[in-house]
Amino acid sequence: MSSRDTILQRLRDRAGGELTVPECDFSVLERDDWSTAERIERFEKMIESVHGEVHHCTGDSWIERLAELLASRGARNLLIPRAHEIGQSLRNAGRNDLPELLIYDEPIESWRPHLFNEVDASITSTRGGIAETGSLILWPTDDEPRLMSLVPPVHIALLKASELYTTFHEAMKAQEWSAGMPTNALLVSGPSKTADIEQTLAYGVHGPKELIVLIIE
Amino acid sequence: MSETAGHTDHHIDVKQFHPRAQAAIHNPKIRKNFRSAMDGLMSKRKAAFEGWDLETLRELGANVRLRALANLPDLLEQLEKKLTENGIKVHWAVDGDEACRIVRDICKARDARTVIKGKSMVSEEMELNHYLQEQGIEALESDLGEYIVQLAGETPSHIIMPAIHKNTGEISELMHEKTGTDLSHDVEYLTASARQQLREKFMSADVGVSGVNFAVAETGTLCLVENEGNGRMTTTVPPCHIAVTGIEKVVPTMEDVSALLALLTRSATGQHITTYFNMISGPRKADELDGPEEVHLVLVDNGRSSIYQDDELLDTLRCIRCGACMNHCPVYTRVGGHAYGTTYPGPIGKILMPHLIGLDEGRHLPSASSLCGACGEVCPVKIPIPDLLVRLRQESVDGDKLHPARVNGHGAKRSPMEAMVWKGWAWMHASPGLYRFGTGAATKLRALQPSSAGAWTNYRTAPKLAAKTLHQRMKERSQ
Amino acid sequence: MVDPIKVYPAKPAKVYFYGTCLVDMFYPDAGIAGVELLEREGIEVLFPQNQTCCGQPAYTSGYHDEARSVARAQLDLFPGDWPIVVPSGSCGGMMRKHYPDLFRDTPEAAKASDVAGRVWELTDFLLNVCHIKLEDLGEPTTVAMHTSCSARREMGVAEVGPKLLGQLKNVNLVEQVRPEECCGFGGTFAVRHPEISGAMVSEKVDALVDTGTRQFVTTDCGCLMNIAGYAEKNQKPVEGQHILSFLWARTRNKGGQPS
Repeated sequence: MSSRDTILQRLRDRAGGELTVPECDFSVLERDDWSTAERIERFEKMIESVHGEVHHCTGDSWIERLAELLASRGARNLLIPRAHEIGQSLRNAGRNDLPELLIYDEPIESWRPHLFNEVDASITSTRGGIAETGSLILWPTDDEPRLMSLVPPVHIALLKASELYTTFHEAMKAQEWSAGMPTNALLVSGPSKTADIEQTLAYGVHGPKELIVLIIE
Repeated sequence: MSETAGHTDHHIDVKQFHPRAQAAIHNPKIRKNFRSAMDGLMSKRKAAFEGWDLETLRELGANVRLRALANLPDLLEQLEKKLTENGIKVHWAVDGDEACRIVRDICKARDARTVIKGKSMVSEEMELNHYLQEQGIEALESDLGEYIVQLAGETPSHIIMPAIHKNTGEISELMHEKTGTDLSHDVEYLTASARQQLREKFMSADVGVSGVNFAVAETGTLCLVENEGNGRMTTTVPPCHIAVTGIEKVVPTMEDVSALLALLTRSATGQHITTYFNMISGPRKADELDGPEEVHLVLVDNGRSSIYQDDELLDTLRCIRCGACMNHCPVYTRVGGHAYGTTYPGPIGKILMPHLIGLDEGRHLPSASSLCGACGEVCPVKIPIPDLLVRLRQESVDGDKLHPARVNGHGAKRSPMEAMVWKGWAWMHASPGLYRFGTGAATKLRALQPSSAGAWTNYRTAPKLAAKTLHQRMKERSQ
Repeated sequence: MVDPIKVYPAKPAKVYFYGTCLVDMFYPDAGIAGVELLEREGIEVLFPQNQTCCGQPAYTSGYHDEARSVARAQLDLFPGDWPIVVPSGSCGGMMRKHYPDLFRDTPEAAKASDVAGRVWELTDFLLNVCHIKLEDLGEPTTVAMHTSCSARREMGVAEVGPKLLGQLKNVNLVEQVRPEECCGFGGTFAVRHPEISGAMVSEKVDALVDTGTRQFVTTDCGCLMNIAGYAEKNQKPVEGQHILSFLWARTRNKGGQPS
């Protein structure tokens, strides 16, 4: 008999007989309906408490703010999505204060060392955020591959205030995650960090050292 | 036991718990490192649950786990079906050795020489690193704590914070010696150095091995909780990702995950959520530009299906590996993780390890507790840890004819001498006349009471017998 | 498994007093103090002379057959429908929480559950059933309190001791660091793992001494024996007594008739 069948049979022939299935009441996870302003306030407070940075922008102003943020960090380049409107807007902005714009349009195998060593910052969209924990929902795609938000030392994410959910529980229900998940989905709550050396916090251990959220109101 | 077959000479002798505990207690550095770390973790956990109806949330956590366990075989089949549809290959291993062989075979088929690892306690249980090394495959830990522990040639002393037993100075010296970093106490510098070294390894590794926190049957999703981003790197950069996990980690839906996640990170480190929560549902698709071409899941039994047979012991399988029980354990705080000599230390280790290594090998584990109940009080899924410790004590001495023992190696601790003492004790205390005579005589002869009473009086004065027992005084009172 | 919610009974005319073996042999004054306090509340105290031990030492050591035979001998001591009060969270916890498990699948199961349901930790009973009002007759003093782990976690009475002490107007209750941490007694644990137990009690004593007070009270004689025994052997300036002894000494009318 295969190991699979051995294990499953042992579980099915349980000596103690059938187990009772308890009811699960998830209402303890639900929160009173927070207003958009309350959600933004909470999101900001939570993500700042873990070393994230938040900037309030509008659909018109975010590129200017982005340019300032990149300039102040001396970023030489910015990895942007090819097809997403974020990328389109940046390419069409016609600004001379933005660094070189890079596009992730080739398989990682062909440019891995370059991505790991030469890219200073990246910008991605989000599929919304979670106010309670200060989290961004990221579903990487062929347009915004997984490593885009992970490898460069600065990750900038655009979040529409209208897409802020109160809780994780609410977000997954509203976005119907049970119907199917992408190959890779993520909650990101702050920059990469560790406390493995004597509980002292250090940022950017493997992923970005900085996480900057531009909230579009 | 087949589970222990892979435990070769490098394995720590669990039976030597006492000398190791004693050494740790007399090591001020260990005492200080653990005391301050555990104090910090306890207060962070408390703060993280402020404003929550914690008892109701724990109740939900317990029910979510119990519901999953009640449907375990069906859920595992559903998970397998869904993962397979998603393009993830599922493997089953009855024990750690088989799981190691599965990982090796996947590596060999890809001609892989180097493996980079994300944190996985099941891989520690399998002793995977050691095994792969014997097979000529380099396995490098990438979680900073695990990396440090591996540099030192040690095992983790805590399931969440593997290097908690070391302070910055010790880590600095270790990294200097092994990797040539400067002798600096600047944590940022040390972290940045490790980042640089590990990034090279991520880029060149042939295979990434990770653990799994929750496996979701409905969508075929593997969830991974982490702060560093090494989990993301491990599961994204190398061309092949192998996830290893215990069979009990499956849950029906993402909704279940939302409850367990709320409990896990707050209980573990007092974080409202970790930096990254990865949800992996498949290998790289044709149009995607990164991610592994191959994803495997190895489902490891290794004694779990035995635990599953018993209504009481089954609760052990609810565990979501948060480590709160050890953070709050006064024994763990005093002796540290290495004293146990087991993969899982602390209270959860005491109730889990006897099933993995047998009660003969792990005979000291269940007794090394004052049964203070702090572990059960903080457990996010309400595992009655103290009750399970008592059950395992009963198993280790075969002390209950009505409810016979079930755990492998039961009775290993039963000694004829001790059994006789307890028989005598029971005989006296089940006979009120005899008891009154004995205690009355003892108090009358109290001048003869020895001032030394073995281990007790090494640290304390002997308790002093009263002049008259309460029985005698109550009798006099009623006359 | 939800812990049953505590429903306090109305104040009864009588109670059974279960003294516990440690109080019996080493701290009978604590038992007498408990009896005096109950009687002052107008309750008649019944003390079954056939009581011995609740069986806990054997139970927690894994010798459940032996624990059962001793516990069985206790089940017949309480024929009337009166509450059973115990001056110990540990023995109370054994009877209230573990008797039903111990007698599961036995002919005594129903009786064990009946007894378990009537067991109360004595300070809890004084505060929440008798609604005791204490009048402090003592000199101003400070005291620290160590609530045993079983009183705190099995019997759920962590709030009770401080509330009772709070009724004493001349008593200043000081809190040690980590009040909820175990003192290291744990019954046979203290002799099976003496070094670990010793490390735990030494930190507990340090925490008490660091409060600046010279005395502590506790709900359980096991903790008392452990903490006070360590302090005495190592000449630490702190002494302990059972909380019942302390409450009785502070409130008894020494001059004449009990108030």
